[in-house]
Amino acid sequence: MPLDKSSTQAVAQLESASVPDERGYYGDFGGRFVPETLMPALEELTVAYREAMADEPFRARLADLQATYVGRPTPVTYAGRLSEHLGGARIYLKREDLAHTGAHKINNALGQALLAQRMGKQRLVAETGAGQHGVASATAAALLGLECHVYMGSVDMARQQPNVFRMKLLGTEVIPVESGSKTLKDAINEAIRDWVTNVDSTFYLLGSALGPHPYPMMVRDFQSVIGIEARQQILDQAGRLPDVCVACVGGGSNAIGLFNAFRDDESVELIGVEAGGHGIDSHEHAARFADPNVGRPGVLHGTLSFVMQDDDGQIMNTHSISAGLDYPSVGPEHAYLRQTERAFYTAATDDETLEALQTLSRLEGIIPALESAHAVAEAIKRAPTMPKDSIMLINLSGRGDKDLDTVIKALEA
Amino acid sequence: MQDVITHGLAAIDAMFAQAKAEGRSAFLPYFPIGYPTYDESLAIIESMAAAGVDGFEIGIPFSDPLADGPVVQAATQKALEGGATLHKCLEGVRELRARGVDQPMLLMGYINPFMRYGIDAFVRDAADAGADGVIVPDLPPEEAERIGAACQRHGLALVFLLAPTSSHERIGLVAQKASGFIYVVSLTGITGERQSLAPDLADFIARVREQTGEIPLVLGFGISRPEHVALVSKLVDGYIVGSALVRAGGDGVAAARALTEQLMPR
Repeated sequence: MPLDKSSTQAVAQLESASVPDERGYYGDFGGRFVPETLMPALEELTVAYREAMADEPFRARLADLQATYVGRPTPVTYAGRLSEHLGGARIYLKREDLAHTGAHKINNALGQALLAQRMGKQRLVAETGAGQHGVASATAAALLGLECHVYMGSVDMARQQPNVFRMKLLGTEVIPVESGSKTLKDAINEAIRDWVTNVDSTFYLLGSALGPHPYPMMVRDFQSVIGIEARQQILDQAGRLPDVCVACVGGGSNAIGLFNAFRDDESVELIGVEAGGHGIDSHEHAARFADPNVGRPGVLHGTLSFVMQDDDGQIMNTHSISAGLDYPSVGPEHAYLRQTERAFYTAATDDETLEALQTLSRLEGIIPALESAHAVAEAIKRAPTMPKDSIMLINLSGRGDKDLDTVIKALEA
Repeated sequence: MQDVITHGLAAIDAMFAQAKAEGRSAFLPYFPIGYPTYDESLAIIESMAAAGVDGFEIGIPFSDPLADGPVVQAATQKALEGGATLHKCLEGVRELRARGVDQPMLLMGYINPFMRYGIDAFVRDAADAGADGVIVPDLPPEEAERIGAACQRHGLALVFLLAPTSSHERIGLVAQKASGFIYVVSLTGITGERQSLAPDLADFIARVREQTGEIPLVLGFGISRPEHVALVSKLVDGYIVGSALVRAGGDGVAAARALTEQLMPR
């Protein structure tokens, strides 16, 4: 079967970045802070991943599935009415919402599930917040005939019901998590505990660019297809590179997937948007970088990064209208990109996000996921301040169908 | 127990020497400060000391204890809700020393609160409060340079763990970095009581012993019954009981002391 050219290229260009180092560090951030029981598994995974990526048939299989199953390359859409409405930069959308399962998460889930299969692991465990990674994992498991268990906080299950049903339809067992804040953080705790217990038979399919090495690197590499495609597409359509790339940042996998391809393009400004919740001053948010009172370097879920914590080092509960961004830490490579000032990070509140979701829906006929609407909110603030011939590329990481219930309730409130 | 008061590594060495001289293994109960309340946790630890245990693993509560099973999760969560902090835990250690608890105490906690406190300041203050060592379940030797150097400066043990999944290379690495003792995780999993111990435990211990030589091995995870104690005493230099004692501690000092006595080495 002929492969789509850009997908093949995308797979061929993985592993191009200069970080992490051998210990999994991105400057001061990253590493491997896990119980000894998992250390051999992480060492094994690192080797298996390197071998897989050096194996031509493995890469060809991934590229083939990206083209014929996921529907890659996803298009880049010029948002003409939104651009005109804002009166500044020309805005383009990278349409990850059009990938199979409705979000970018499938890129990584498929890559890791193929790796699991190659390693002879028959059982996948995954965590999910918004349910998008859970659905992507369940989908990859169904496609490859693997067993799949997804941990999901009971609060998230309530606000993302459609995704819970989708996972069940796909043959995955969804395990409610009742500990702690009953959201993504606690789902990851439980997934790790499962993995510690069943490490011989089980592959932990981590959904964002965080966790112990090699996960942040592996997830970045599998998501880099976003930026590799988008860079070429914007060159083809606009004739030059964008001035600004914008993406929402929870753990940060869609953002790192976009940013990675533009890393060496110094003229391109990279902007990550965190969840501002009820506002930074309210302390009810998930803006690890924006609030220096609570966002400090620390260790959560096996990696050293910025973590929302109290004075005693206890991890704080976060708030965001979007379940996928409702997480107290952030991928270590984002902490590194921020420290080296290669990328900049800002926040959008729940209210700004809801407004952005409606604006994009009405002006472009695209209902974005609440996560992605954070990036749109930043575009609404920033685009009017930019010259009319400037170009902004937004990663529209997922579609909003899963959020309708939340949005209806929020708008009626 | 000891005529000359010693601290840190020397106290831990003396503990194993004494147990060995008596032909038994050392018993180190785990108990978190702040559960069920701060005062009760100190009373429970004090009562275990009076029962004659050899040393302690003093639990420092953390919001996201990913190596712990449900019993320790629930207990440390309750401790946090009751106001337990790292500062408060160090105060507790100091108070226990003031009350005459003279067994070695190792602080067992996850790395983030220690980092937030400041690694060097934490080790200094832990030593000053009377702690003899530190056990950090989410800190493999690869990430432990800073805290290792601080512990060395203050004469404290920094205890690393080995698990049934540990490779030959990793056993070698931990043997090379070990101080005080090696915490051998008896099973592939999280903390919590088990009906029986792993059937291949003896083989695993032998595999570890091959490379660790004279370094004391202390077994933990799953040990909860007198018959477990009888079994592990033949294999290792010490054992830790956690969840079973924490559960008993939830019923008060008397219950914790009664179980402690049942689990004493023989």
